[in-house]
Amino acid sequence: MSQLKESGKKRVDLGKYSFDNGEQPGIKDLRQLSEEDRRQLTMAGMDISETQRSGSYLHVNHSKVHCKATQKGVEVLDIKEALDKYDGLPEYYWQAVDKDKDEFTRAAAEKIHGGYFIRTSKGAKIKHPVQSCLFIKGENVGQNVHNIIIVEEDSELHVITGCTTSSNVVSALHLGISEFYIKKGGSLTFTMVHNWGREIMVRPRTVCIVEEDGVFVNNYVMMMPVSSLQSYPAVFLNGRGATGRFHSILVAPEGSHIDSGNKIVLNAPDTRGEIIARTITTGGTIIAPALIEGNAVPAKGHLECKGLILSKGIIHAIPELKGTVSGVELSHEAAVGKIAQQEIEYLMARGLDEEQATSTIVRGFMNVDIMGLPPELKASIDKTIEETEKDMF
Amino acid sequence: MLTIEDLYVKVGGKEILKGINLHIDEGENYILFGPNGSGKTTLLMTLMGFDGYDVVQGRIIFKGEDITHIPPFERARLGIGMSFQRPPTIQGLKTRDMVRLCAGDKEVDVDQLAQEVNFTGLLERDINAGFSGGEIKRSELLQLMAQRPSLVLFDEPESGVDLENMSLIGRITRSILDGPLEPRNGVSMKELKSIHQISGLIITHTGYILDYINADRGTVLYEGVLCCIARPRDILEHISKYGYKECVRCLS
Repeated sequence: MSQLKESGKKRVDLGKYSFDNGEQPGIKDLRQLSEEDRRQLTMAGMDISETQRSGSYLHVNHSKVHCKATQKGVEVLDIKEALDKYDGLPEYYWQAVDKDKDEFTRAAAEKIHGGYFIRTSKGAKIKHPVQSCLFIKGENVGQNVHNIIIVEEDSELHVITGCTTSSNVVSALHLGISEFYIKKGGSLTFTMVHNWGREIMVRPRTVCIVEEDGVFVNNYVMMMPVSSLQSYPAVFLNGRGATGRFHSILVAPEGSHIDSGNKIVLNAPDTRGEIIARTITTGGTIIAPALIEGNAVPAKGHLECKGLILSKGIIHAIPELKGTVSGVELSHEAAVGKIAQQEIEYLMARGLDEEQATSTIVRGFMNVDIMGLPPELKASIDKTIEETEKDMF
Repeated sequence: MLTIEDLYVKVGGKEILKGINLHIDEGENYILFGPNGSGKTTLLMTLMGFDGYDVVQGRIIFKGEDITHIPPFERARLGIGMSFQRPPTIQGLKTRDMVRLCAGDKEVDVDQLAQEVNFTGLLERDINAGFSGGEIKRSELLQLMAQRPSLVLFDEPESGVDLENMSLIGRITRSILDGPLEPRNGVSMKELKSIHQISGLIITHTGYILDYINADRGTVLYEGVLCCIARPRDILEHISKYGYKECVRCLS
């Protein structure tokens, strides 16, 4: 373990960051933002025109600046307004995430800046995704957000959330608490794009609770540099027939320390869980823990961790399976290595030079098709891949 | 088209090819026979220029250029194409995109080509992911159709293929080698043949492929040495009757 520490684990000094006076004026339309900010938001998956979205939420530094829902059947509020409106949301607020888990949850509980509250109506199928962006503009800003998503019975929702900083921010800290509740027969696809910066520290804490026949799909894309990120979202499949899936694509350039894992707990019969993580380092460190725990039968879980070390860097895949009853079916495959020479030669035999072949294979490895994203988000992710690729070889 | 001069090749320090001399003319189809382990695949891999196949002596001349030491992609761009026996799966790379890559700068109608090899349903699948034996063959042919090489290296086009697929694969292999077989407006078949000068070097064990293509000459590779250049049918008939032991006698 001593070697792990040497590999660049960075401690967060909460005292360094400012958690006050970062309130920003609200805007009616995302097009009012500066061109530069719009570019950052677009890269993080925001549709500025909002035409292909059922709602939007934008949080800058310490306050909400834009929040609206455009489709019937879905409510989008700032968390502070939601807490006022719904008497403190006693069934949901700090009910999935433990307030005393660590110093970051305690800091987030102490002072809340905002965050989104998204709730569907029973049976509502929300056609377009609801989008959110948690944006940091300013030096040494410490941002505390608390997000709650409630997917009511038999309703469907896709939330796209991007977290990013304006291009001139050097140092900042983002603490994000997210609590998701999926009711009977509900379905939530949650897609998160992280575009941080070289000196940004990130500590999200996420828990999702899924009832009978509910579906939770979590897509996570993080390709840009970050100083240090540590997160371990967990989903508890508490109802019969519930499904949970995590798909992550992580890239760690030199200087990035990413500790990003997933946990699925199969607590009811007929539940299924799947974790797929693809990680690439070009000099940074990635720790990728993954745990599937089976506490009921029949239940199935599979996890797949694949890591590519392109030139240098560290990938530490930690797949874990825990079964507590007889009859659970849990499996995993993990691989850390380099691109297979055979694959490169196959492409070279078709006329691609070595660099083109390598890049084609890496692009395939980072392919997000499985996530089923809307085309403009996929296009923006492809653009990010293109940009990160420049630094890869 | 292709001239191999006194070629010696080592794999993992072991000498596999021991002085190969071979000439293939433009438009000529050459069949390579030989028992398992005789070095047939090594010869193809060496021609394509893969790592681990060390040419210790001799030269490979393609279209007048010495290609002995140039990397595979340059050989591919010069016009050498290869059908792989056991190609690797490339995750996230769709067959459709792979076919497009094979075409390089050339325009290609992937759907049209896929229809010809009955592959439309698999275009969105990752290349070679879970492909059956026949599917691998058809996918390789599809890629070659897009690549349009002037020398095609086939490693056992018939292996792992059921009878139904065999006729399709045979037909497509022939069309890759011989070009479009029907006369078109303003161009006679003779003219077509003269502009479509594709050569082939084809490894076969069973000879089934001979039912479909016009093979000009054949040769036997035995323990790293070529012998018995003859008509492919004659060689096949001979081997099926007497095995390769005659080759040993011939060489000794």
